[in-house]
Amino acid sequence: MLSINGLRASIEGKEILKGINLEIKPGEVHAIMGPNGSGKSTLASVLAGREEYEVTGGNVIFDGKELLELAAEERAAEGIFLAFQYPVEIPGVTTINFLKTAVNEIRKYNGQEPLDAARFLKMVREKAKLVSMNDSLLKRALNEGFSGGEKKRNEIFQMAVLEPKLAILDETDSGLDIDALRIVAEGVNSLRSPERSAIVVTHYQRLLDYIVPDFVHVLYKGRIVKSGGKELAFELEEKGYDWIKAEVEAEEVNQ
Amino acid sequence: MSTETIDLKTKLITDFHARESVMNGEAKSAFHQKKRAAIAQFDELGFPTIKNEEWKYSNVRDLISASYNFNASDTLSADDLVDLKMPEQAANILYFVNGHYNAALSTMVSSTDQIIIDSLQNAYKNNPELVNSYFDELVKDDTDSFTSLNTAFAHDGVFIHVPDNKTVEHPVILRFVSDSRQENIGSQPRNIIAVGKNAHVKIAEAFRTIGEQRSFTNVVTEINVGEEAGVEYYKVQNESENAYHIGTTQVRMLEKSHFYAATVTLNGKFTRNNLNIVIDGEHCEAYMYGLYFPDGTQHVDNHTVADHRKPNSESNELYKGILRDKSKGVFNGKIFVRPDAQKTNAFQSCKNIVLSTEATMYTKPQLEIFADDVKCSHGTTTGQIDEEALFYMRSRGISKPEAMSLLMFAFCADVVSQIKIDSIREYLENVIAEKLSEK
Repeated sequence: MLSINGLRASIEGKEILKGINLEIKPGEVHAIMGPNGSGKSTLASVLAGREEYEVTGGNVIFDGKELLELAAEERAAEGIFLAFQYPVEIPGVTTINFLKTAVNEIRKYNGQEPLDAARFLKMVREKAKLVSMNDSLLKRALNEGFSGGEKKRNEIFQMAVLEPKLAILDETDSGLDIDALRIVAEGVNSLRSPERSAIVVTHYQRLLDYIVPDFVHVLYKGRIVKSGGKELAFELEEKGYDWIKAEVEAEEVNQ
Repeated sequence: MSTETIDLKTKLITDFHARESVMNGEAKSAFHQKKRAAIAQFDELGFPTIKNEEWKYSNVRDLISASYNFNASDTLSADDLVDLKMPEQAANILYFVNGHYNAALSTMVSSTDQIIIDSLQNAYKNNPELVNSYFDELVKDDTDSFTSLNTAFAHDGVFIHVPDNKTVEHPVILRFVSDSRQENIGSQPRNIIAVGKNAHVKIAEAFRTIGEQRSFTNVVTEINVGEEAGVEYYKVQNESENAYHIGTTQVRMLEKSHFYAATVTLNGKFTRNNLNIVIDGEHCEAYMYGLYFPDGTQHVDNHTVADHRKPNSESNELYKGILRDKSKGVFNGKIFVRPDAQKTNAFQSCKNIVLSTEATMYTKPQLEIFADDVKCSHGTTTGQIDEEALFYMRSRGISKPEAMSLLMFAFCADVVSQIKIDSIREYLENVIAEKLSEK
């Protein structure tokens, strides 16, 4: 489904990603962990199409298409969804109106008729229930004045509505208390299916207690330096990142 | 200066004296004496140049370089209005064509014990003393030569009187149409609005044009807001590419009154709006909202004054603009807090989105505070569309143009949603959506 080959990216002349390789098959959940500043959020942003990042090498194939050639909105229409670490407040645009526009723009891209208002509303209500999102939030301006937990829940709610093939969760657990974390994780889990994949970017193992990954990768200094199963996350939780840093630095000395 | 400048001024002054010479006794009236003083002031001041601090960024040279027919006859029929797609609403709707009241096109729905609405001309004929008691009273100290010019030629417009304790259910909508299909048209409507104690009314002024020739509108509206009264006043401009518009709305508020204004400029070659509010009572609340959306080489200038003369009152101001192409915008917001006006709260904000490197926005907040126990704030921002918001929307599949359009519509909605006359608010939403989908 997603194939990242030797991906390099920089921002303002500074190289952040230094050759990422990653294969994701349908139905798989991959966790990307790593210390602060290792490039985790950059990877998520580059995949979603944030234009500030310059791709300086490598390529990404998504469902047979050259992902890096598509605009952010085309990537979304192809089935990529980024749950933001810091969801943006947009005054004056209600969540419901925003989502209706998004759903119908994606349908248009895929050659489908727009959803009529009644069907859209019915669908949205069902999805809101899935993440225990209060209907009243839907009528409010997008994320405006929402608490941290409400914003993250809104991200997962949008994901449920848009039903992406590949969801990228960028530090969705940051700033959440344990109850909010559970609700968000339940929402993500309910969307798991043999066709849908996810990349879960996180600093802590905590989220992975709820969203159990198939693979765990450690990103450090812009490269994936270690991959393993879900047990790798437990090891990191116990031992921290220092032993990995030491391994990488020892290797660098040897080279 | 060009000789043409002298021409329009001289022509207007000559016109004035020609009219005066054929008056039959009326020339001695108090009403006419005010006009005579006004023409003398206009003669002294002349049209402003950019050396005048109040006109620094708004050059009227182009406006006064042409001649205009100020006495054009009214040739408009109901059929002509169809293309203007005027919004329908159960309201008192008055038409003024080339500055003259058109009774045939107008409709009144409110009863005369609720509100007196008449053309200024008729009102003066029927009750000269009443009209004269309000005429020029609020603007007599105005040093703007366009205001003097309007006073000198004040002939028609609307006279509205809401008696004490009346709440007028249906709004009053004044539609000023310039018919410039044949020639350059000049008009100088003069509106007088007097709202009694504890009376409430909603009034809108809408300016439109038919035709491709130039139109020059120089309008003055005087609004008296009585004690405990509530007035909502909306000014909407959607004129042609050849429309020049200068307008002054002068407001005086008495104790415990509320005044809401929204000034929306969507189209027109050159627009200057002056909104001056004198808060002459305690516990008053004044709200000023503005929106402008110029494109091409359009020029929109909003000058506002909140003059706090008594303690314990509040003024709130929010002006917003979107500028495209080579358009220019000007915002000048003055707040005066006089020595007596302790415990004043005065807030002002002007926010702009400039979408083109060739568009320019000039903003100038001016606070003059002579009292020590007041809360005042002002802020202006001028920037581009929020890139982070744009990316957020695009990451959900919304195309860049559609995302921009949604963000800009939301930006405008802050002001448009303040308009409480449904048909006008919906009309504006439609015109704005249309403008946003153009590019």
